Amino acid sequence: MTPIVRAEALRHVYSAGTPFEKVAIDGIDLSLTAGQLVGVIGHTGSGKSTFIQHLNGLLKPTSGAVYFEEQDIHRSKEATRDVRFSVGLVFQYPEYQLFEETVYKDIAFGPKNMKLSESEVDARVKEAAHFVGLPDELMELSPLELSGGQKRRIAIAGVIAMRPKVLILDEPTAGLDPGGCRDILQNILDYRSETGSAVLIVTHNMDDAARIADRLVVFNHGHIAFDGTPEAVFSHTKELMDIGLDVPQSARIAQALRERGVALPDSIYTPDQLFAAVQALRKGAGAC
Amino acid sequence: MLKDITLGQFFPGDSIAHRLDARCKLLLVVVYIAALFTAKGVVGYGLVILATVAMVAVSRIPPKALFRGLKPVVVIIVFTAVLNMFFTTGTPLVKLGPVTITQEGLIRAGAMVLRIMLLICGTFLLTYTTSPIALTDGMERLFNPLKKIKVPVHEMSMMMSMALRFIPTLIEETDKIMSAQKARGADFETGNLFQRAKALLPLLVPLFVSAFRRADDLAIAMESRCYHGGDGRTRMKQLKWKTRDTIAMLLGLALLAAVIGLRRFGL
Repeated sequence: MTPIVRAEALRHVYSAGTPFEKVAIDGIDLSLTAGQLVGVIGHTGSGKSTFIQHLNGLLKPTSGAVYFEEQDIHRSKEATRDVRFSVGLVFQYPEYQLFEETVYKDIAFGPKNMKLSESEVDARVKEAAHFVGLPDELMELSPLELSGGQKRRIAIAGVIAMRPKVLILDEPTAGLDPGGCRDILQNILDYRSETGSAVLIVTHNMDDAARIADRLVVFNHGHIAFDGTPEAVFSHTKELMDIGLDVPQSARIAQALRERGVALPDSIYTPDQLFAAVQALRKGAGAC
Repeated sequence: MLKDITLGQFFPGDSIAHRLDARCKLLLVVVYIAALFTAKGVVGYGLVILATVAMVAVSRIPPKALFRGLKPVVVIIVFTAVLNMFFTTGTPLVKLGPVTITQEGLIRAGAMVLRIMLLICGTFLLTYTTSPIALTDGMERLFNPLKKIKVPVHEMSMMMSMALRFIPTLIEETDKIMSAQKARGADFETGNLFQRAKALLPLLVPLFVSAFRRADDLAIAMESRCYHGGDGRTRMKQLKWKTRDTIAMLLGLALLAAVIGLRRFGL
């Protein structure tokens, strides 16, 4: 399958030529195909946020290139701007960027910038509001009056309303209660399954990553440390913990058991797998 | 673009300039400015330039950083230069239609540009080598006598240190909101003046909202730690006037005296 977005030998240096010079990412090669749900993990300062801002052309690589549908996104100013509509980026704590008088107008900001017709804008706003589960009666309220979770949904709807072919979210669940987290992740999954878009989620929550992603990319010091299925990535439990990352609780328990001499397979990262593996062991022990 | 603003930025370091008492540095800046504006002839300017170069060398601030600080005021510098060049009467040098460039005008423009640049370099050296806290502390102490006539010196210095403290935070926030709106197709770079002003709305509204939110949070944080103003507060870092401060002060005064002396002889 041809990739929808492809980063090639991406390198970005902040404040080049000053005492504050810092290589944020170096030698990043990554491609996304439609329908993929990719989880990006890595500790603070590992380059994840820098990386995602390259995908929609907000940052220009120091060297290397980003291709959207096989065309360089920096070939012209207009192209870069158009790519932002196709590669939707939801920043961390996006509720702080709401500015319009009403929820409706705020969600319509993106589609309006795309110069769509009024009826098309209206259709997209309603569709986006539906995706994130915003009831109609909220649409005419001021976004600033609503709760944190609702604001977050409005902000996400504001990006979804552009119908991006790639949806990137930087820690969409940070600071939300467990119920809110679940809802938002479900909204994102729905968006993916209904539109077939590629979704990329930056997260610190390994359990979420293990549960929803079908591919995981691990960033460490500006490089990609691991890239593969959750099963493959979480089989490196020890390495992940060595670079200061968490692993899903189940993987952690399995690792602790392994260290105590319990013979468990490497590929455990969900509660179900752990349960099955432990049961299999007990059955084996019982047979002896 | 926003990263170019260096106002109030502090370059951590351990040079003599960094270790001088903030009060001493503040007074030195006053003396320096006085000297700069007294200088008239080539020798006088030369002396001030020499003093500036010496200070930069002592502070070990990379000169590049100082030049970066000059960038935002380039417009003002050019404006002053042009004004002085065209609107000073004297011996004409070049005639371009209705405008004439005079010899006096050229000299004055040059002197003005030099003066503004030196002024900015000098004051930037202060903020580069002094942490905002030390700076406002020093100011508070210097203005302390005004408390006798009911000037709220502590409150003013507190406000200043907060303002300085929040400049980088707000710049960062501005950058972030700008990126977020750009991600939704906002365009801050094209269009006429009116369109651009309108395009700033999605940036300014969230910025104000968050500034108020921050102010609220800060007020609550301060009150919950029983902050009640200047009376009876002790300081974590005491300012101490040392011999090196006296020496620096004397050097500064010597510069001023020399410049005044030179001016008498028209140098």
